[in-house]
Amino acid sequence: MDTREKDIENLKDYKYGFTTDIENIKAPKGLNENVIKFISNIKKEPKWMLDFRLKAFERFKLLKEPDWQKPKYPKIDYQDLYYYSAPKSMKDKPKSLDELDPKLLETYNKLGIPLQEQARLNGIAVDAVFDSVSVATTFKGELTKHGIIFCSMSEAIQKHPDLVKKYLGTVIPSTDHFFATLNSAVFTDGSFVYIPEGVKCPMELSTYFRINASETGQFERTLIIADKGSYVSYLEGCTAPMRDENQLHAANVELIALDDAEIKYSTVQNWYPGDENGKGGIYNFVTKRGLCKGKNSKISWTQVETGSAITWKYPSCILKGDNSIGEFYSIAITNNYQKADTGTKMIHLGKNTKSKIISKGISAGFSDMTYRGLVDINSKAKNSSNYTQCDSLLMGNKCGAHTVPYIKNKNFDSNVAHEATTSKISEEQLHYCQQRGLNPEEAVGLIVNGFCKEVLQQLPMEFAVEAQKLVGISLEGSVG
Amino acid sequence: MKEQLKIDFNKIQEVSNFSNKDIEIKKSYLNKFIENGFPNRKQENWKFLDINQIISNNIPDLSFYNDYSIENKIDSSIFIDDLEHNKIIFINGGIEKIDFSYEDKKQIEIIEDSYTIDKSENNNSLIDLNIALSNKHFKILIKKSYSLKKPLIIYHLTNEKMKSKNINLRLDFELEQNSSLKLIDFFSDDSEKNFMNIFYNFNLDRDAILKNYKIDRSLNKNLKYSFNNINQKQNSISETFVFSAGSDYFKNEINCNLKGEYSSAFINGIFSLDDNKQHEIRTTINHLVENTKSYQLIKSVLGKNTKSAYQGRIYVDSKAQKTDGYQLSKAILLDETSEFNAKPELEIYADDVKCSHGSASGSLDDNSIFYLMSRGLNYKQAKGLLINGFLLDVIEKITDAEIKDLLKKMIGLKK
Repeated sequence: MDTREKDIENLKDYKYGFTTDIENIKAPKGLNENVIKFISNIKKEPKWMLDFRLKAFERFKLLKEPDWQKPKYPKIDYQDLYYYSAPKSMKDKPKSLDELDPKLLETYNKLGIPLQEQARLNGIAVDAVFDSVSVATTFKGELTKHGIIFCSMSEAIQKHPDLVKKYLGTVIPSTDHFFATLNSAVFTDGSFVYIPEGVKCPMELSTYFRINASETGQFERTLIIADKGSYVSYLEGCTAPMRDENQLHAANVELIALDDAEIKYSTVQNWYPGDENGKGGIYNFVTKRGLCKGKNSKISWTQVETGSAITWKYPSCILKGDNSIGEFYSIAITNNYQKADTGTKMIHLGKNTKSKIISKGISAGFSDMTYRGLVDINSKAKNSSNYTQCDSLLMGNKCGAHTVPYIKNKNFDSNVAHEATTSKISEEQLHYCQQRGLNPEEAVGLIVNGFCKEVLQQLPMEFAVEAQKLVGISLEGSVG
Repeated sequence: MKEQLKIDFNKIQEVSNFSNKDIEIKKSYLNKFIENGFPNRKQENWKFLDINQIISNNIPDLSFYNDYSIENKIDSSIFIDDLEHNKIIFINGGIEKIDFSYEDKKQIEIIEDSYTIDKSENNNSLIDLNIALSNKHFKILIKKSYSLKKPLIIYHLTNEKMKSKNINLRLDFELEQNSSLKLIDFFSDDSEKNFMNIFYNFNLDRDAILKNYKIDRSLNKNLKYSFNNINQKQNSISETFVFSAGSDYFKNEINCNLKGEYSSAFINGIFSLDDNKQHEIRTTINHLVENTKSYQLIKSVLGKNTKSAYQGRIYVDSKAQKTDGYQLSKAILLDETSEFNAKPELEIYADDVKCSHGSASGSLDDNSIFYLMSRGLNYKQAKGLLINGFLLDVIEKITDAEIKDLLKKMIGLKK
């Protein structure tokens, strides 16, 4: 068996589908002011934070769940969810990794996340979020030397309230749409990153999200601030155990880039997609938005979406600063009964702003995939340009691939170009590869990897390898 | 507005001789319209240009009753001289003349139809309004294997007698096997602040060919909405061309159902807008069976305070393998106040298909202007030449040579 086959053998079933038997503290089921107060209280939050949550909750009560999206899902009973779940051993946060519950460490080892110091060679600083709380952050010392703050959101609220107060909710206001507002009210934890002026972050920062408990929604909140002239590359990975019920994941991610700063945000999303009959799986309804606030700033989103029963997200860039740049690279793969409605929004406000969208969608089995995107060039955004390319690949005639781009150009100095194609893998390409000794599955793998190459290239090294494997695995069994 | 609608509806029923059954049907559509009102931006199809708002801004005193007993003089000077043609003339929404003098009368039937209402669900409240309020309704039947010798021009004329009115028109066309029709809709207005709502339904049998050219050129302050529903059987071809320029607001909606194998649909359009005009083309091509083809090309040239929108949707059913679908929309923005919106949409459920779309918008290419100016043209000439070249591309797609020439002359691309 060569390594590829072994990988596939290992991963044929969802490799991350195990659960960790760990004692949890949960908030009472349901959504009301008391639960919000409970969350705020257990996290020892200051009053302004509680007010922020309650204000969002007031607003939430007035909002209606949106229903314009393509993948429909059975109604979620928001009163039948736990909004807070934390490993019991985390009640008093451990001071160092040695104090961590060994079971947790074991879990992360299984997932291949280097929490322990011996994994230092990997050189990636990791913040691990288990269910609702951040369990460990590595490489603190090294980062502190540069003045970089990389910690859990709860810690940031305690230790850096000024920064949090200044930026939280400025990109995704707590009065935004249904899920974003829900998140603002009940978010539990997440990562907080602040890169001071002029600092290039010496290593990749990474967060690993894990949903463990059942009937839990995960509502994490991430805030990344890149001060003037700084640079950071941030990775995000996600897994969840296999369960029959659908679980909700509604995160908010806010990025803020000041003058000359650059943020690169990469996601490999591999939440449990449900079984081959479409039972179970995660509803991944995430709001991600970046604000290029300063001049010459840049935000780049890269995503590889292979998991989740339903993916519904549009990582967006608001290009406010002059000469700012927004980029979006995406591979979305759906198989079996998975559904995805994903894309991006590029909102050009400043002069000379540029954006680029490369989206590759692959659908197989009975799945359904939609690219939905908005390019909006404001009348003040002189001399801006956008280039969009979205390609879809279909495997089989039971699946669907859709493209819904919205293009609004209000500035005559600006150029907007959009291209999209939908096709299947041509018989000729397959024949060519097979003639040279590849079996049909390998041939498809090769062609698909070629199809996705433009996006895979954008991923940091460590992720690119993983993503490439994921692409192959997700399509397993869809050929023939 | 609701009260006005009810009063005018009763007035229309009084003067026309509809059967009780028709009145009942019309009433149900009226109630549906009253319930939903004019479409607004909350509806996806009306996102870019909100007709509810446009009507209430432009025609706050809109009324719905038209007196067709008033005699109107036909001004023959507006007829197109360069082309021998059959005529249907509408003045202020009332039919004045049907003239098929060039054709074999046995091969064409004109039926004053009672309501063959399309039972399919529609969510378009303007169609509801049309069915509720439209007056006489004709069906033109072209018999098997007959091709009209000359094109048919439908003149949509209005005069100063009409103001703040809503006109609802409906025509049905039945093209039997292997027949063909060339149809030009020609708009000419001497009125202002009216809202026209036109609904055509075409049924194309096997091997039938329909060519429909819509020309809205003369400048006017009316609002127009036109909906073409085209059902196509095996091997039939439909070609639609829209020249959208004259009215203050014009939305053309074209809905093609490709129900027979090897049927094809072509839609080409030009927006040439200036001075506060807002126009839209929305297309839906439903590829429902194997081996069907569609092609769309839409180009816009946008001047001061103008807005154009193109919403194109290609739907490919899971049965419709070997579909070939193509959409391209391009726009040149000439002024800082012009705006272009596009939503080219693909919805695909079959894997052996070739579908693509493209959209590009921007200003005139500086390099091209420079090239032309360095060869002795002034800026205005250079700009004109580039715009003409840009639009000529679409005109060249017209398959009928005579009509192509006519259009080139109208637009000023050819002397």
